[in-house]
Amino acid sequence: MNWTWMHKFASPPHAYRLAGRLAPWFGWPAFLLIITGLYGGLVLAPADYQQGDAFRILYVHAPSAWMSMFIYATLAVAAAIGLIWRIKLAHAVAAASAPVGAWFTFLALATGSIWGKPMWGTWWVWDARLTSELILLFLYAGLIALRASIEDRERADRAAAVLAIVGIVNLPIIHYSVYWWNTLHQGATITKLGKPSITGDMLWPLLVMMVGFNLYYGAVLMTRLRAEILRRERDASWLRTELVS
Amino acid sequence: MNLTGFLAMGKYGAFVWPCFLLAGAVLVWNVIAAKRLHAEARRQALRRLEAGRSPT
Repeated sequence: MNWTWMHKFASPPHAYRLAGRLAPWFGWPAFLLIITGLYGGLVLAPADYQQGDAFRILYVHAPSAWMSMFIYATLAVAAAIGLIWRIKLAHAVAAASAPVGAWFTFLALATGSIWGKPMWGTWWVWDARLTSELILLFLYAGLIALRASIEDRERADRAAAVLAIVGIVNLPIIHYSVYWWNTLHQGATITKLGKPSITGDMLWPLLVMMVGFNLYYGAVLMTRLRAEILRRERDASWLRTELVS
Repeated sequence: MNLTGFLAMGKYGAFVWPCFLLAGAVLVWNVIAAKRLHAEARRQALRRLEAGRSPT
């Protein structure tokens, strides 16, 4: 197989330019989808028969929770690629993803907590879903802190990659926690095999928000990746033609 | 539905709106932070180039 395309893709100057071109192609569709999803979720979707309008928190909570796990999976795969094939760009993707993932995890926990108060009568319970999601936030914080604490970039990349790969064991625990343990948290809504337990009127804004959040991550990742490449390539000669011209 | 009823969100307005405002703030902040990060990295790279320390 011819791998030259992969080497070209992984080359920092090419990736820097490509990320710059791709960012708006992620960003603007994300903006439009999130606005559409908000209108659908806040205005068009009917109130829930049990939870009333409080259920609308779902439209920011579920996409945030999904992104917290999706970004971690992306980060861990990138870290593994960087560790196995020694592709620096993969480590840069992992480094650029961690803060965004941490923010989405924080958002999932905060909105879940606010939703929990009127529905469960408490802001927080130490059940498996909430605790494993909190551990995910600590994992993100650990990754960011680990990178910041090691001065040598290659060592920092390798150490963070090992932690990221080990931490991936938490993702199935988060997902299946509602089945494995007794919990206040509700079960899966849209990923259930067979058919989702949510009506179409409520489902489409949720799906639109989830796609919007994914594209949003793409846009932010592209911008953060460009910054990461610039910091890593500080002594490379291609920067002169790229930045000065 | 009138505006007052919409803002009240049944009796859950005090829970629904903070979630959406927080989400909006986090999304906007992440875009600003990413753009700032890139601008700062670009500034630093240019400074190094101008100082003539860069080409290898």
